[in-house]
Amino acid sequence: MEAQVKADKVVDARGAQCPGPLVELIRAIKEVPVGSIVEVWTQEPRTKEDAKAWCQRSGHEFIGAFPADGYERVLVRKMK
Amino acid sequence: MAKAKVVVLGGGVGGTFVANKLAKHSDKVDVTVVDATGVHHYQPGLLYVPFGWEQPEKLRHDERKLLKPSAQLIKAVVERIEPDKRQLQLLNDGTINYDYLVIATGSCPIPDEIPGLSEGGHHFYTEPAAVSLREALSKFEGGRIVVGIAGFPYKCPPAPIEFTLLLDDWLRQKNLRDKTEIVFVTPLPQAFSIPTVTPLVEELFARKGIKIETFFNTESVDPQNRKVLSLEGMELDYELLILIPPHKGSPVIIASGLGDKGGWVPTDKFTLQVKGQERIFAIGDATDLPVSKSGAAAHFEAPILAQNLLHLIEGKEPIAKYDGSVMCFVEAGEGKATVLRFNYERPPQPPKPSSWWRWLKALMNRFYPVAVPKGIAPDVFLAMLQGKFAEFQPFCGSDLMKGLTQNKNS
Ligand SMILES: Cc1cc2nc3c(=O)[nH]c(=O)nc-3n(C[C@H](O)[C@H](O)[C@H](O)COP(=O)(O)OP(=O)(O)OC[C@H]3O[C@@H](n4cnc5c(N)ncnc54)[C@H](O)[C@@H]3O)c2cc1C
Repeated sequence: MEAQVKADKVVDARGAQCPGPLVELIRAIKEVPVGSIVEVWTQEPRTKEDAKAWCQRSGHEFIGAFPADGYERVLVRKMK
Repeated sequence: MAKAKVVVLGGGVGGTFVANKLAKHSDKVDVTVVDATGVHHYQPGLLYVPFGWEQPEKLRHDERKLLKPSAQLIKAVVERIEPDKRQLQLLNDGTINYDYLVIATGSCPIPDEIPGLSEGGHHFYTEPAAVSLREALSKFEGGRIVVGIAGFPYKCPPAPIEFTLLLDDWLRQKNLRDKTEIVFVTPLPQAFSIPTVTPLVEELFARKGIKIETFFNTESVDPQNRKVLSLEGMELDYELLILIPPHKGSPVIIASGLGDKGGWVPTDKFTLQVKGQERIFAIGDATDLPVSKSGAAAHFEAPILAQNLLHLIEGKEPIAKYDGSVMCFVEAGEGKATVLRFNYERPPQPPKPSSWWRWLKALMNRFYPVAVPKGIAPDVFLAMLQGKFAEFQPFCGSDLMKGLTQNKNS
C-alpha cells in the first residue's frame, strides 16, 4: 500500500512513550465506524511492530508504517 | 516586599510535599492548601487491604497534622479554576484568590468508562473498592480469577502486578491456590509497560503458574453471565474479576478547560510550569508528564517545583529541572520485593527480588506520615537511591527491624 492512503482519523501521538501511541491507536479504532482508516503519528520505533501484532490478534488490517518528518505514520483499517 | 499568596489545590502526596517545602520560606510566601476532605489517604497501603493485611483506618491521616503549622488548610471542593481572575471558585459559593497556584488534584479511576465493569468487577484503588474486594475474597472458594488492567492510563503501573503476586501468596495461605486459576489480562503486547522490567514479571508469573493474556483490551463486562469481553474478540469466564479501571484527571481540571481530553494538565516536563500559564504549576498525577503516575514521582517533583516557584516570586527565571526521577519498591511475593529506579533518560534495571527491598518498602509505608511533615521523604529516597542505606542490610532480618516494619503477611 502506498503512503498516500487517506485516513479517516489522524491521531498525533508524537512525544508519547510506549505504550502511549498503541493505546491511542486502539482507542481511535474503538471510536470509528467499520471500514475507517486510523493513522497514528509516533516517534516510538516499537509502535510499528506492536500495531502489526495487535492487528494480527484483533483481526484489523495493518496497512503499513510510513516515514514522515521525524516521525512515522502507522495506518490501520478497522475490519469489524 | 509583600508576601506572595500561594494556593496549593489538593492535599495528597504532591500537594502536601510542595506546601511543606514552601512553608519553610514563610518570610516570602503565605501557603494555603485547599483540599476536598482534609483527609490524606496513603494509597499504597490499599494494596494490602483486600487480603486483610492492612486496616483502611490506618491509611487515613489528618492533613492538618501532616502540614507544617505555617501552612493554612481550607477544606473545600473547588469547582473551577479561573486563571484570568487568579481565583478558585468553590462548590458551595465563595472564592479563593491566589498570586500563584499549584495544581495537585491527582487522578481518579473511572470504572464507568467500561460497560458492566462497575457492577461486575472489583478493584482496590479506592478505600471503598478495596474493602468490597476484601469481602469478595473472604467468600471466594476457588475458580478462575481474572485480574489485570482494564485501560490506560492508571496510577502506579506496577500495582496490578504486585497485587497478582500477593494474591498468589494469599491463595496459598488459604489452601485455595490449587482450586484457582489466575489469568492476568493486559491491553499491552507484554506483561508490563516497561520493556526492561517485563522479563522479571514474566518469569515470576511463569514460576507461580499465573497465565498472561496480552492484547486484552477490555470492551465490556457481562455481570449476569460472569464474562469479560475484549475488543480483540476474546471472552473469558470468571468467578472473580479484579480490573484496574482507566483513570481521568480531577473533574475540576476538565470543568476549567485546563486539561487535555483525559483531563491531564499540559505541564513543562522540566520546570513543572503549566504550559501557557505563567503563574500556575502542576505536580503529581494531575500532570501529563511522560512518567508513571506515582507518589514517588510527586516526591521528586516537589523540591524542583518549590525552587522554581520561589525563583519566579523573586523575579528570576524558573531554571530547576525535574529529570523524570521515579523510584518505587515493587512487591514480588513470598516476602520479597524489587525496586524500580528510572528517569526520562534511563529505564529501570530491577535487581533480583529480595527481602531487603521488601523491608524498605514496609519501612516507607510505616514512616510515611512522619516523613511528610518534615518534608524529608524526598531526601531519604535520594539517599536510598544512592545506596546509602546499604550498610543496614544485614539488620533487615533482625527482630528489631521486623518489629519496626511489621506487616501481617510476612
Ligand atoms: C493501590 C495503590 C498503590 C500505590 N502504590 C504506590 C507505590 O508503591 N509507590 C508510589 O509512588 N505510588 C503508589 N501509588 C500512587 C500514589 O498513591 C499516587 O500516585 C499519588 O497519591 C499521587 O499524588 P497526587 O498528589 O498527585 O494526588 P493524590 O495523592 O491523589 O491527591 C489529590 C488530592 O486532591 C484533592 N482534590 C482533587 N480534586 C479536588 C477539588 N476539585 N477540590 C479540592 N480538592 C481536590 C483530593 O481530595 C486529594 O486529596 C499507589 C496508588 C494506589 C491506588
